[in-house]
Amino acid sequence: MTKSGKQKSAPSIVRLSGSVDLEHAPDVRRRLLDAVAQGANVLVDLSAASYIDSSGIACLVEALQKARSEGTDLCLVAISMQARRVLELARLDMVFPIHDDIAAATAAGA
Amino acid sequence: MTDVANPIPAFADTAEALLELHFIARADRLKLIRGSIRATARMCGFDDGTAQNIVLAVDEACQNVIVHGYGELADGAVVLGLFRCDGGILVRLRDFAPRVDPATVKPRALNDVRPGQLGSHFIREIMDTVEFRPAPEGQGNLLEMTKQIGAPQ
Repeated sequence: MTKSGKQKSAPSIVRLSGSVDLEHAPDVRRRLLDAVAQGANVLVDLSAASYIDSSGIACLVEALQKARSEGTDLCLVAISMQARRVLELARLDMVFPIHDDIAAATAAGA
Repeated sequence: MTDVANPIPAFADTAEALLELHFIARADRLKLIRGSIRATARMCGFDDGTAQNIVLAVDEACQNVIVHGYGELADGAVVLGLFRCDGGILVRLRDFAPRVDPATVKPRALNDVRPGQLGSHFIREIMDTVEFRPAPEGQGNLLEMTKQIGAPQ
């Protein structure tokens, strides 16, 4: 149940693929914020993302903060080794909830 | 475009020039260079994980040129030189944007979780040395970065 007592909504799933980088950051940002605006938790599936840079990380951080300010959360799912290294470099691997796959995220209550 | 003839000065005898890439300062050009940086780092002897980190560091330096160096100035020229030297890699990034004050290029505190300003942190975290050098003819900027094989990440 959510804080408002309503039935918890199914999470929104955003699947990012290819390069999550400076070139694609405007589109990624819009998709993430649109998902957050739906009012449910957001699962960001990065299984098909081959590369992420600081611009992509900035989009994820902004969406995470927006979600938490609205009482929901944003989780990362199926991140690559490259993405994990980038998150670790940014000391953000302990900030984002990270799950192996969608099923694990859902089972954890996301 | 700016004349980019001989944009990167000569090196010590120990540095072997492996690759020089000329490109326009646009975000969609970065994916074209990432594969070359990774392959060059591997050729220099870095393992794949470290090579990917070097790709990230160089990519972020290029982004700084695009976003902060040229900014609204369209189609600025960028020259990326990659060298094998002294058990590692030397990267030289040359642009013709307004001069950068190195004191203004600072990463933000990581405990301040907010979007943006991570690129400079990545560069300094990954590379062993990061230094702005005097640009040839006093125009633009010349960023030099090195990474030694076996150095901590």
